[in-house]
Amino acid sequence: MGMWLFLFTELILFGGLFIVYAVYRFKHPEEFRLAAAELDTLVGTVNTIILLTSSLTVAMSITALQEGKKHLSLLLIGTTILFAVAFMVNKYFEWGHKFSLGIYPGSPDLTNKPQGEILYFGLYFVMTGLHALHVIIGVVVLLFVMVFIARGSVNKDSYVKLEAGGLYWHLVDIIWIFLFPLFYLIH
Amino acid sequence: MADHEQHHRDKKQHSVSYGQFILLWLGLLALTGMTVSLAGIDLGRWVIVTALVIASIKSTLVMGTFMHLRFEDRIFRVFVAVALVTFVIFISLTFFDYAFS
Repeated sequence: MGMWLFLFTELILFGGLFIVYAVYRFKHPEEFRLAAAELDTLVGTVNTIILLTSSLTVAMSITALQEGKKHLSLLLIGTTILFAVAFMVNKYFEWGHKFSLGIYPGSPDLTNKPQGEILYFGLYFVMTGLHALHVIIGVVVLLFVMVFIARGSVNKDSYVKLEAGGLYWHLVDIIWIFLFPLFYLIH
Repeated sequence: MADHEQHHRDKKQHSVSYGQFILLWLGLLALTGMTVSLAGIDLGRWVIVTALVIASIKSTLVMGTFMHLRFEDRIFRVFVAVALVTFVIFISLTFFDYAFS
């Protein structure tokens, strides 16, 4: 219950940004479309699949622990973390590629672009950056949960911490479910 | 009695089978494929609508099964729904205010 309350605050945080996105997109539809075409849909799609699969493994880890299969549960959470790392590696190369093209916040190339594209990339960096931060936090949380399971304080009969970690991870997935079409697919 | 308690505990655990999760996961992948291929078609102003509808379906599925919401108490589900509806109202009011001012 408390975890869900926390997730609502996250909704407000990202929700505010989605409103900013909606208004600016309405104001600069053409420039948003042009700017979005510069993002690599394939990278976005791969990252979507990675996150969906990581949600699957973390959800299954709860079932495994409920069945008392501690090692399987640990293995599944470990897999989730590996997927998270894969997501971040993808993100790293994607951002790195943008930087090498001279597109980064405040870069001369970017500030010379039309206002709509500046806004688009500003939102892109803020929103995917904030999301990436959540991925990193999620990994740390899941690592803690793994330690708790290994030590036995999170177990078959008491697994609220695992559930909370899982909920947080699914939230990260849901945010990406919306970020992906809005930034990668709208051209 | 012991049987009843066992039953009660099982119910409270609302354990979801791996098969159900994998089925849901396949559904989510299919929806992702759908939204990506739809983006290749020029639907004009409907692009954003279809993208958002598919994203909403996907998140509902994730919340329902992955996040165990389907198995929570009704009052709890109402609680989450109220938060989400409030959020949608915020977004649409802000947007309409901007669009028509």
